[in-house]
Parts: sequence; C-alpha cells; structure tokens
Amino acid sequence: MTFLDTLFWFLSIAMLLSGVGVIASRSPVTSAMFLVMLFVFMAGLFALLEAFFLAAIQVLVYAGAVMVLFLFVIMLLDVRASQQRRVKLLAVFGGVAVAGALAWELILILQQPVRPLAGSDTNLHGGLEAVVKPLFANYMLPFEVTALLLLVAMVGVVLLSKRDME
Amino acid sequence: MLVQRPKLTFWERLYLPQVLQGLWQTLSHIPRKKFTRQYPEEKPPLYGKYRGAPELVRDPDGRVKCVACQLCEFVCPPKAIRVVPGFRKEGASDASVEKEPSDFIINMNRCIFCGFCEEVCPEEAIFLLRDFSVSGYSREEMQFHKDKLLELGGVREDKIQKWKNK
Amino acid sequence: MEFVVITMAKIAVMLGVLLTVVAYTVWLERKVCAWMQDRVGPNRVGPFGLLQPLADGLKMMLKEDVLPRHITDKALYTLGPLMAMVPALVTAGAIPWGSQLPLFGRQIQCVVANLNAAVLVVFATSSFAVYGIVLAGWASNSKYPFLGGVRSSAQMISYEVCLALSVVPVFMQIGSLSLCHMVEYQTHHTWMIFMPWQWPSFLIFIISAFAETNRTPFDLPEAEQELVAGYNTEYSSMKFSMFFLGEYAAMFVMSAMMVTLFFGGWSLPFAPFNRPATTLWIGLAHVAIFLAKILVFLFLYIWIRWTIPRVRYDQLMALGWKIFIPLTIVNIVFVGIVLALWGGR
Ligand code: SF4
Ligand code: SF4
Repeated sequence: MTFLDTLFWFLSIAMLLSGVGVIASRSPVTSAMFLVMLFVFMAGLFALLEAFFLAAIQVLVYAGAVMVLFLFVIMLLDVRASQQRRVKLLAVFGGVAVAGALAWELILILQQPVRPLAGSDTNLHGGLEAVVKPLFANYMLPFEVTALLLLVAMVGVVLLSKRDME
Repeated sequence: MLVQRPKLTFWERLYLPQVLQGLWQTLSHIPRKKFTRQYPEEKPPLYGKYRGAPELVRDPDGRVKCVACQLCEFVCPPKAIRVVPGFRKEGASDASVEKEPSDFIINMNRCIFCGFCEEVCPEEAIFLLRDFSVSGYSREEMQFHKDKLLELGGVREDKIQKWKNK
Repeated sequence: MEFVVITMAKIAVMLGVLLTVVAYTVWLERKVCAWMQDRVGPNRVGPFGLLQPLADGLKMMLKEDVLPRHITDKALYTLGPLMAMVPALVTAGAIPWGSQLPLFGRQIQCVVANLNAAVLVVFATSSFAVYGIVLAGWASNSKYPFLGGVRSSAQMISYEVCLALSVVPVFMQIGSLSLCHMVEYQTHHTWMIFMPWQWPSFLIFIISAFAETNRTPFDLPEAEQELVAGYNTEYSSMKFSMFFLGEYAAMFVMSAMMVTLFFGGWSLPFAPFNRPATTLWIGLAHVAIFLAKILVFLFLYIWIRWTIPRVRYDQLMALGWKIFIPLTIVNIVFVGIVLALWGGR
C-alpha cells in the first residue's frame, strides 16, 4: 500500500465516520460540525484525485459558507426540543430503506465502465480549466438555466418572507 | 422637540476626508511628548490636603491622642477599624485621660479612604495622611496595628492640647 | 522522503516566524496605541519592553483555565479557540514568503505548498475562522458571547463574498489562481497597485479584509461596550490567548495577501530583487522584504484601529450587501472591458 493509498483509506474512513456522527449526535450543532468535517475529508479525497480546484471550492462553498448559514439557523432555533426528541422506529426503517436503495443504485452505476464527460479534456488534471471549460463552453445553456433557477428561487424567498410584514 | 439632522454633502457622506483627518491626527501624536509618569521611580506630586491612608497621630508631647471612644469604628462604612480599648498607665503624665486604645487595627484591605473616621474623631487623633500605596504580600500584613499606625502618622503639631492641664 | 523532510522543516520555520511576528504585532499594537495616546507603552520587560510578548505568553500559560459551570458542551467549547487559531496558521502555508533559498545544493522554494489554486485555498481555509467564533459563542451558553457569535457569522459570510469577488479582476489579468504566478507576473510587469484599473479592487479588498479579521472599525463581534468581550467573554488562560493569536495571525495572513496580490510579494522593482534569488543572502533578503511590506500593513491595521470608531451593525451589513457586492460585480465587468480593450496581459 503506497502513501496515497493509506491517505485514501484514512480519508474515506474518516469521512464515513463523520457521516455517522452527523446522524448519531443528539445536538444539532455537533451534527453540523460533523458535517463540516465530512466536507473537509471529502475535499481531501478530491485533492487526492488532483482536483484541487474542486477541493478548494468544496471547502469554500460548503464548509465555509453553506454550513455557517446552517449553524446560524440552528443557533436561532430552539435546539433543546430536538435534543429531547425520541427516535421513532418508523423513521429508522425509512432511513435504512432509503440508504439501501441509494447504495444499490450506486453499485449499479459504478459497475458501468467509466466514460469521460463529453467535451472534457482528461489532460487538464482537474485544475481550474478542467472545471470551467466544459461549464462555459459545452454546457453553457444548462449552466445558465441553473443560475437563473437559483435566482428565481432567491427572489421567491425574498418575496415570501416580505409578504408577512405588510 | 424634533432635532433636525444636518444634511450631509456627498463628500461628508463618504466619510473619507474625515477618516483621513483622523488618521493624520493619530499619526501626528506619535512623535509628541509623552505624558507617562514612570511610577515607582517617579512619584506623583502630592498637594497639601492630600488624603491617603488613615493613620494615628501623637500630640507635640508625644502622647497618643486617641482616647478609644470607638466613634470611628462605628462610623467606618466598610467596618475597617477595630479599636480595643484599654487604660492609660497609672501615674503617667496623661493618666487623667483615662482611656487609650490597647490596640487599634485598620484593615487596609477594606478601608476606602473615605475620611469619615477623620471627620468624626472628637480628639483629632486620626488623619488621612500621605500614604497612598499601601500594599503587602498577605491579608495579615494588611492589618495595620496600633504601633504601625502611630509610626506612620507621626507627631501632629497642634496648638490646642485639651488634656494637657486637666 | 526528502520532500517530506523539507516540507516539515519549512512548516516548522514558517510557524516559528509567523508566531514570532504575531507576538511582536501585539507588542507593536500596544506600543503604537500608547504613542498615539501620548503614552509610553510597555517598557518594563527588556529594553523597550521587547520581552513583553514572552512575559504575556508565560502569564497566559500559567493562568488558571476557568471552565464556567454553565457550559454543557465541553467539546465544542474547546473546539472554538482551536478553530479560531488553526485556519490562520494553515493559510500562511499557501503564501509565498520569498523566492527561493539555495541551501545544501538545492533550490528550496519559500512556500510550503505551491498550489495552483492557492488563492481559493487561502479563502477556503480562512473562512473556517468563523467557526471558531460561532462555536465559541454558542458553546459559551450565555447571551453576550452568543450575540457576538451570531453577529460575526453574519458579518464574516457577507464580507467573505466581497473579499473573494474583489480580487477576481486581479486574476482575470494574471490568468492564474496561483500566488507564485501572481508574484512572478508582478516582477515581470509592474505591481498591481500601479495599474489604476485595479485600484477599486484594492480598496474593496482592504476594507473587506478589515471586516473579515474583525478589526476596528468592524469589530462588532467583540464590541466591548455592548457585548462585554463578545465571543471570548467566557474564555480564560490559553484558550483566550488562542483567540488572540488567531486574530493577529489572521491579520498577518490578510496583510500577506495584500502584499502578494497588489504589492509584488517578495520583490522590489529593481535589480537583484526582481527575480528569483541565486544566492542565499538575496533569498533571505526577499523574505525580509516580504516581512517588511507586511509590517507596513500591520501598522495600517493598528493605526486604523486606534483612530476610527466602530460602525453600527446595520451600517456594516448595508455597506457589505448594498454597496460592496454590487460594486465588486461592476468592477469585474469594468476590468474585463479594460483588459479586453487594451489587452492587459
Ligand atoms: S477612611 Fe473611611 S473606610 Fe477608611 S478607616 Fe476611615 S472611616 Fe473607615
Ligand atoms: S481615633 Fe478618634 S474616633 Fe477613633 S477611637 Fe480614637 S479618639 Fe475615638
């Protein structure tokens, strides 16, 4: 096992463990911190694949911004109520079922041979260009449509939250 | 009353000129003369009626002025004074005074230098004098006893000595 | 193996230098603040109080670590100060401190990790500092730290956006996200600050950097008059000093970013200092130049802190969202047009 292999195993196991931590811990803040850890380890995996740009963005956007907002919301809610909530049996079964379905799907997909994305250049080594080139050249329309959708959602939220005040 | 806020011009609303002015102000103070007093080496000047720690005084003949009336003990707001009354020596020149403190304790940890003891004393035996930094390594050390207080207070030059000819 | 050893040595040296500089920034802050107020400042420990940081450090270590009884989540409470300090130290590893040092027959790069997305890494890691404050505020389980934590999370998220967007024009010009390329480009051409179309970026960057490091006039998370000491109210001893170190290390890193992005990093615009070093001494001189430039910015930080009063919270947020973010976007378009017309590259 080479050094990189060891690193891979370490990162993936740590990632899975923090994933378990997210659902197992009773306090929402602890859960959120486990999720941050998960994102960091995932970024580590990206970095192992030499996708440094993706790794940095992963940390910057998810761990750095999205999770802070999450924490922000959690802190403004009453966390004690959710700490005392009992675990329902049905929820456990439902969760296991969904996770099982997802795992099955993943296995099916991963059994297919790996095909590179149309228009992506495998020589770019996962740097900035490897991500940006296909995004702005081949997939321009979907990219912009996604951006527009997000904008619409944002405007919608602002509208909804402002209506109460009038 | 409605306070009319002054209308600010664009420059004023930018704050930048004011900020620069302020920056210049602080910068220009750097080379100026410093007002720091290097305390333990350089003592502050004390003016005539300075009121420091309370101390006991003797009259010009070297007699203890305090008659152990305990008024100061009662008036002291933080209850810093403890007077142990006793009798003057039989046959001594001041025997007619009858009482004197056999011990007089001021807890300098508690004293707030308020000067009530000086004001209330019918014998003008206790004064707030010029010691402003009373310090010690233990609580015990901060209990100033009669001998120490008398030594610190010294002799008070008074023209009126009401016990002298009684 | 050799790579690992060299990197370890680099990290050790970097941390040593960084922590020393940080400790002496505290000293400088106390001195400068004193001078500005016509005082003398620390002058008892060593000549000019130069040993003061050591005394402070010793004092902090020997103090009792008080754990208030109302703290229920000890793990998060301890994580807070760690998260406040570590990101700033990690970030320094992505910044080129100098060109190279010819040592033991090798050319040693003066950067711990020469990444091609260094800027993103810097922003990503420094965005972690907010967790320190938020966690400290939450885990302290009392109201002033909590308010400080909430304030700071809102503030740091807002200004992170400005910070990242404001430097986009710089990278549009360079065409790379690597900080080493950045310095290289500036040695070949001229410093970014001498290009007038980059001035808005610099202005927005420096102001956002102040907000991001929670320094006056944007030190809302620890506004003493309203929040006691904000998020670090419940902390004592080493944990408190970690917040302290974190704040000053973040200042250092932000100054280093400004130097690298706009002021040519380790270079000076004339002979032996405008190309990678060939001898050890010039290599060391490059590091010294870099540190000297940073010192200027640290002084600026301190100078502004002791001059400008704190802004109100709504002013801060309005400035961030209503002025800076639109401005940065306009700026990106503007610089894009400039570069397209005059071919900046
Ligand atoms: S000065 Fe005030 S506090 Fe001190 S001993 Fe006299 S009465 Fe008490
Ligand atoms: S010092 Fe004055 S007030 Fe106090 S016990 Fe002596 S005589 Fe009385």
